[in-house]
Amino acid sequence: MAMLAAAREGRHTLLIAPTGGGKTLAGFLPSLIELADGDHDGLHTLYISPLKALTQDVHRNLEQPIAEMSLPVRAETRTGDTPEAKRRRQRHRPPHILMTTPESLALMLSYPDAATLFGSLRAVIVDELHALAGSKRGDLLALGLARLARLSPGCRRIGLSATVAWPEHLRRWLSPDADAAAVDLVTCAKGMSADIALLESDRLPWAGHTAQYALPEVYDAIRQAGTTIVFVNTRAQAEIVFRQLWLLNAESLPIALHHGSLAAEQRRKVEAAMAAGRLRAVVATSSLDLGVDWAAVDLVVQIGAPKGVSRLLQRIGRSGHRLDRPSRALLVPGNRFEVLECQAALDAIREGVLDGEPPGPGGLDVLAQHILGTACAGPFDAEALFAEVRWAAPYAGLARSDFDDTLRFVEDGGYALAGYDRYRRLTRTGNGTYHLATPAFARLYRMNVGTIVEAVTLKVKLRKGPILGEVEETFIQGLTPGDTFIFSGEVLRFEGVRETTVMVTRTAGVEPKVPAYAGGRMPLSTFLAARVRRMLDQPAHWQALPPPVQEWLEAQRQRSQLPGADRLLVETFPRRGREFLVAYAFAGRNAHQTLGLLLTRRMERAALGPLGFVATDYVVAVWSLRPATDVPALFGLDMLGDDLEEWMADSAVLRRTFRTIAVIAGLIERRHPGHEKTGRQVTFNTDLIYNVLRRYDPGHVLLRATRQDAARGFVDAGRLADLLTRVQGRIDVRRLDRVSPLAVPALLEIGKEPVDGAALNELLDEAARTLIAEATAPDLADREAGTLPA
Amino acid sequence: MTGTPLTFGGVAAIALPEGALLLPDHAALVVADLHLEKGSGLARQRCLLPPYDTRATLDRLEVLIRRWQPRLVICLGDSFHDGGGTNRMAPADRDGLGGLMAGRTWIWIAGNHDGVHAGAIGGQVVASFRLGPLTLRHQADGSDDHAAEVSGHFHPKAAVAAYRRRITLPCFVDDNRRLILPAFGAYTGGLDVFDPALTALLAPRFRVHVLGRDRVHTLPAAALLRPR
Repeated sequence: MAMLAAAREGRHTLLIAPTGGGKTLAGFLPSLIELADGDHDGLHTLYISPLKALTQDVHRNLEQPIAEMSLPVRAETRTGDTPEAKRRRQRHRPPHILMTTPESLALMLSYPDAATLFGSLRAVIVDELHALAGSKRGDLLALGLARLARLSPGCRRIGLSATVAWPEHLRRWLSPDADAAAVDLVTCAKGMSADIALLESDRLPWAGHTAQYALPEVYDAIRQAGTTIVFVNTRAQAEIVFRQLWLLNAESLPIALHHGSLAAEQRRKVEAAMAAGRLRAVVATSSLDLGVDWAAVDLVVQIGAPKGVSRLLQRIGRSGHRLDRPSRALLVPGNRFEVLECQAALDAIREGVLDGEPPGPGGLDVLAQHILGTACAGPFDAEALFAEVRWAAPYAGLARSDFDDTLRFVEDGGYALAGYDRYRRLTRTGNGTYHLATPAFARLYRMNVGTIVEAVTLKVKLRKGPILGEVEETFIQGLTPGDTFIFSGEVLRFEGVRETTVMVTRTAGVEPKVPAYAGGRMPLSTFLAARVRRMLDQPAHWQALPPPVQEWLEAQRQRSQLPGADRLLVETFPRRGREFLVAYAFAGRNAHQTLGLLLTRRMERAALGPLGFVATDYVVAVWSLRPATDVPALFGLDMLGDDLEEWMADSAVLRRTFRTIAVIAGLIERRHPGHEKTGRQVTFNTDLIYNVLRRYDPGHVLLRATRQDAARGFVDAGRLADLLTRVQGRIDVRRLDRVSPLAVPALLEIGKEPVDGAALNELLDEAARTLIAEATAPDLADREAGTLPA
Repeated sequence: MTGTPLTFGGVAAIALPEGALLLPDHAALVVADLHLEKGSGLARQRCLLPPYDTRATLDRLEVLIRRWQPRLVICLGDSFHDGGGTNRMAPADRDGLGGLMAGRTWIWIAGNHDGVHAGAIGGQVVASFRLGPLTLRHQADGSDDHAAEVSGHFHPKAAVAAYRRRITLPCFVDDNRRLILPAFGAYTGGLDVFDPALTALLAPRFRVHVLGRDRVHTLPAAALLRPR
C-alpha cells in the first residue's frame, strides 16, 4: 500500500523485503492500475532483472493477473535470447511492459530511435537491486538509467532488494540524481523468524570443506524434509557432495545437481523439476542464490563456511515461503574453523546485524563502453554527457579529468604518443559535439556490449553423447588424456580436446581428480572475520561451541596463545627440517594470497630461503629453510609501498584484471562463437598490450581502471592495507618447538590449495629447473639400467 | 642475463633469453619477426591498441646491441608488420633505428609481411643470407639441402607443465639441422612447436630452448606438453 501511495505521488521507491513475499508483483501494481484504462500509447514500464530466467518467470506471473482482470496490457520479455525479428518489432511497436536485462537495455539505448522508444516511459522497476549495485553490471545499468532520465524525465523508479546492511546506499543508487532523499524507503516487516541449527557431531575434522563426515546426517535431514536445497560454496564441492549423497541414497530419493558449469538445458530441467515439486533435494552453488522463488522448499542446508552473514541469510531465505512456517536451515561446518565461522554468523543473525560492502565508485571501463554506446545512438555534447553521467550514483563523484580521459580513450585511444590521433572512433565538430566516425563502430559496439567477461571455457561432451556442460580452460590444461574427474555427478575420463570441446567417456574411476574451478570462491567477510576473532578472544563464549572445538581452543591457549581481537598472532616453529611461520591475520583468502607472496619475497631478500606458502581464509603460513628472527619487520608497513606496487604490477592477477577491462572498455573485442580468435590468443595479446602500456604510458586511463579494480577483488590490497595498519606495534610473536593446534588446519591445506596464477608467475623459472631435472633423469636411469646384468 | 651456448652447424651460437641469437665468431646478432608498426597497422583497421610497440621492440634491440656490440645485425624477415610500416613510423623511432644501424652492417631478409620495404630505412634487403656454413632465411623451406639453416617466421612457443598448470613460453627450436628463432617483436603471438606446420619441418627428436625470465632452458621435445 505504501508503494501505491508513493506511486500516486510519482515518488521513487525502494522496497526492501526478504526473498519471496510477492515484492516483484507489488512493484508492478501501480503500473497495472495506470494502464487499466487502456489510454497509454507506447512503452510504459521497464522491468530490469539480473537474470534472464527471472524476466521470463516474472512475465508468467504477471500474465496471470492481466488475463484474470482482462486488462488491455501487453507485456513482453527481451533478452539476448529474443529473436531478431521480435526485437525489431519491439522497437517499432513496443509493448506496454517490457522485461529485460541491463545488457539489453544498453543495446536498446544505442539505437537512434531510443528517444522515441523511451519517451513514453513512466516507470522503471529494478529487481534484485542488491545483487546489481556495486558490480560492473550495476554500473552499466546506472549509466543506462541516467540516459533514461534524459529521455523520459518524469519516469518513476522502483527498486526491489533483499535485506542489506546499507539501504541508504541503495536509495542513492536508485535516485535520479544520487540523492537518497528523493527515494522513499519501504521496508517489509520481517517474516517469521528463521529456525537455524548448527549440525552437532562428535567427529569434527581438522581440515576440508565438504563435510563428508556429516553427510549421513544431511541425508537424514533430506529424508525428513519435503524439499531441501543443499548449498555449497564451490562447484567442486557441489560435485563431491552430490556424489557422496547418491552413494548414501539407499531410498533413491530424487536428488539433483545445479551449478554454473552445467549445460543451460540441464539446469533448466533441474529448475523445472524443482518448481513442479518432483525433487526432494538439489545440491547447488550460488547459481541458485538468485532467481525464481520456489514456495515448496522447506529446508536449506549450508555445507561449509557461510563466508558472510547477508549471503547466508539470502540463502536461508530460499526456504519457507509458506506463511505458516518459518524458514528452516541447517549449518554444516566442514572443519573446526568453519564451526567458529558458523557460530559467529548465527550470533549475528540472532542480533539482527548484517555485513557486506557498500557499492564503490563506478568503473572507468564501463564508462568507456557507455560513451561509445551513447555515440551509437547519435551525436552528443561532452558537457551534457558529463552532467548526465554524474546523475548516476556510482559516478556522482567522477572527476572531470577522469571523464575527459575516458572520453579521449573512446575517441582515439587516448595515448600520449602524438601522431596517432589520425585513427579515431569519434570525430569532433567545432561546438564540442562528438559523432561516431563510422557506422561500423555501432556494429562492433553491439557485438561487444555488456560487462560480463567469462573465463575461457570449453564444452564437455560425452563421446557419442550429449554436451554435459562447460569447464574453465585452465582446469583442462592440468589434465592429460586418461585422467579422471567428477563432473555433472559422474566420473569422467578425459580423452582429449577437439577444437573447443573436451571429449570424455564415462568411467568407474577409483580416485577421480576433482574439478578445480576458479569460480565460486568467496572470501570471508571482514565483518564475520572480526566476530570470529572476538569469539576466540572470549573463552566465556566458547560454551556454545561443540566439545571438540572447545578442547582444540583450550589446547591452543595452553600450548601457544589465542589470537587477540585487535592483535596479530604470528607463530614460528620447526617441523620436519623446515621452518614455519603462521600468521593469524583473518583477512580472507584473497588478501592472504597477496600477503603470502609479499612475505615470501621479503624472506627471500632476508636470505631465509622461503620455499612456499599456503593461504586460507583465516591464516597464511610460509615455510622456509631458516627461521625468521625479526618478525615485526617482515610485517612492516613498507610492504605496502614498493613491494606491493611492484608485485601487483607484475602479477598474473592484474593481467587478468586488465584483460577484463580491455574487453569492457572496447580496446579489444570479446569472443564470438564462429568468427574470432581463440580465448588463448586474447589472453596472450592483452598481456603484451599490458606490458607495453605499463612501460610507455603508465598513467593511461585503462591502467588506472585496472589498479582501481585490483584494490578490491582478487588482490584485496585494500583489506591487506587495513590489516597491516591496524596491527603495527601489536604483533605477538610466539616461538614454539612444534606446530600449534590452531596451525594444524592450515598445514593440512598444503598441497590441496591450488597455486594461484600469480604465484605461478613468480615460480616460473623454478618450475622450469625442476622440469629440467626431470627431463634429464631418464638418461641417468638408462645409463644405470645399462650397467645392470641382463 | 646469460645465454645458452649451442653449437649449430659447427658454428658457436648463443641463444639469449631476450629471444635473439648471438654468433660470436662473426660478431653477429640475429633477430626474427620484429613486426614493427603492428600497432599502427591494426589502428588503420580501427583497433586502437597502444602505439608503443615499435618503441618497445627497438628499446629491447638497443639493449642487446649496446651489450654485445655486433658488427653485423641480421633481421630474419617480417621486420615490419606490413609494407606501409616504414611510412607510418614515428620520426623519433625512425631516428632511433637509424642510430642502431649506424656503423654496422644491417641485413633485412625479406619476409612475407614486409617484402623488400624495410630497405627504405637503409641496410641491405636480401632473400637469404650465407654466413660461413649457415644459411639464414625468413622461412624454413622444407628442403634437405641445407646443412645448417637459421630462420624465423613461425614464432615458435612451447608448453611446459608446472604445478599442474600449463605455462606457454616463446622458444628457439632446433633439430641440429634447422634452428628457428622466436619472434622478437613486442606484439607478436606464437605457434605451438607441435603444430603440423612446424613438425613437418623438424626431425622428431628436436629440442627447444625456452625463454625463462632471465635464462634459457633447453628441453627435449619429449618433455613438452602437447597442444590440447
